[in-house]
Amino acid sequence: MFNRSALLNIRGIGHHTVDIVWRLGYASRFFALTLASSGTSFRRFRLIVRELYFTGVLSLIIIIVSGLFVGMVLGLQGYHTLQTYGSESALGVLVALSLVRELGPVVAALLFASRAGSAMTAEIGLMKATEQLAAMEMMAVDPIERVVAPRFWAGVISMPLLAAMFSAMGIFGGYLVGVVLIGVDEGSFWSQMQSAVDFKEDILNGVVKSLVFGLAITWIALFEGYDAPPTAEGVSGATTRTVVTSSLAVLGLDFLLTSFMFSGL
Amino acid sequence: MAEENLIEISGVSFAYDRRPILTGIDMVIARGKVVAIMGVSGSGKTTLLRLIGGVVKPTQGEVRVAGQLVSSLDRRGIYEMRRRMGMLFQFGALFTDLSVFDNVAFQMREHTDLPDAMIRDLVLMKLDAVGLRGAHRLMPSELSGGMARRVALARAIALDPMLMMYDEPFTGLDPISLGVIGNLIRRLNDALGATSIIVTHDVHEALEIVDYVYYVSDGRIVAHGTPESMRASTDPLVRQFVYGEADGPVPFQYPGRDYSQDLRL
Repeated sequence: MFNRSALLNIRGIGHHTVDIVWRLGYASRFFALTLASSGTSFRRFRLIVRELYFTGVLSLIIIIVSGLFVGMVLGLQGYHTLQTYGSESALGVLVALSLVRELGPVVAALLFASRAGSAMTAEIGLMKATEQLAAMEMMAVDPIERVVAPRFWAGVISMPLLAAMFSAMGIFGGYLVGVVLIGVDEGSFWSQMQSAVDFKEDILNGVVKSLVFGLAITWIALFEGYDAPPTAEGVSGATTRTVVTSSLAVLGLDFLLTSFMFSGL
Repeated sequence: MAEENLIEISGVSFAYDRRPILTGIDMVIARGKVVAIMGVSGSGKTTLLRLIGGVVKPTQGEVRVAGQLVSSLDRRGIYEMRRRMGMLFQFGALFTDLSVFDNVAFQMREHTDLPDAMIRDLVLMKLDAVGLRGAHRLMPSELSGGMARRVALARAIALDPMLMMYDEPFTGLDPISLGVIGNLIRRLNDALGATSIIVTHDVHEALEIVDYVYYVSDGRIVAHGTPESMRASTDPLVRQFVYGEADGPVPFQYPGRDYSQDLRL
């Protein structure tokens, strides 16, 4: 026989599951509405440009500095490992492939989630808490069309650009450490990189990855903000959830995408 | 035409989930009048504004604005109706990322194709009407509570609405700002030829400026009449509210166990 507390536990699990499914449905509806309400954003492109500044341009510093350091570390670690096999001339290939295929899109996305994603959630959550979204509704302006959609497209557009910037800075960092500091042959560093990195296989796949990550992060960030309870606690909780959920989503999606793109499935 | 009622509410009930908020509300608001909906906090006053604005639909009964049945309108129709309404939110709900000027210009830019020069003149005229023409370059964070409320008022009248709704316009204001806002509400209503509804629990300020009062308690209209008749009312519920008596039909104590039982006497 079940006792009362066991029954309550089961009920709790059921309630939680229903809640998750409900939220997923709500988030999907929100996503569909955002897509359907995107017309205005493209007709009045300056709405997107303004958000591109906040999500893209203001994320540049963190992306550039992190990219540079990640590339420098790759250069150092790569050199030490490759040296064991006497193939330090392949350092350029190692640095470029790791960045373009994986680290560029993934690390840039994680940084983007914590820098721009959290800001989006907090901003929209606070707009909701201070009745700005309700005021917009009462002025016959759809907040999804005017506030959410421009931010969504700004996120989707800026993510691949930021990832490209991250990879470029990383390769430059690898070059600084490998060639300038350690003295790997510059010619082989660049020429091997050029011949080993395939545009379609590597670069384009990296771009596709970062597009998908940008879409996922921006969707999660905007939804969490829009759905945040209109209190200080609610907005802070939503901001945390944005960073945690979108980081996990990026890592999970990366595994899926990698397995489709690079394992010949 | 002048005698026509702008708003007719008949037999309206509203419930959140299964919790009744409003029951059997009948109300008419004639064109050109300033009407107050009064009652203690949580009595369902704001919900009435939400019903009129089409934010929520009544579970029973009809709400008609300018002859149109609000619940029969689709989203486009509701937005069309809201373009002719202005709403002042409790704390102004100004868009914090836009300047005072851009806040007031918001609706004009969203809903009209007016040239920039004309928008500029109109915005300055609206700001002049609330005495803040000189503050048009400031950001909302630089305004005092009273100023923010006045800017929000200028924004609400931007498109010369036929109906103005005020949600607790006097809350948290100093006595001077309170008088200024009260005066503006009356003056703007008469100058615009609009109709105004003020939801408030600020008895003295409201009774000074309104033409008619509806007193709501526990989701029902328990009294209505001119300000004079409300002041002279012998109804204990109305008297307690109008004269701010701590105890009366609305009990001071939250319901609980017997006092002597709680003190274990």
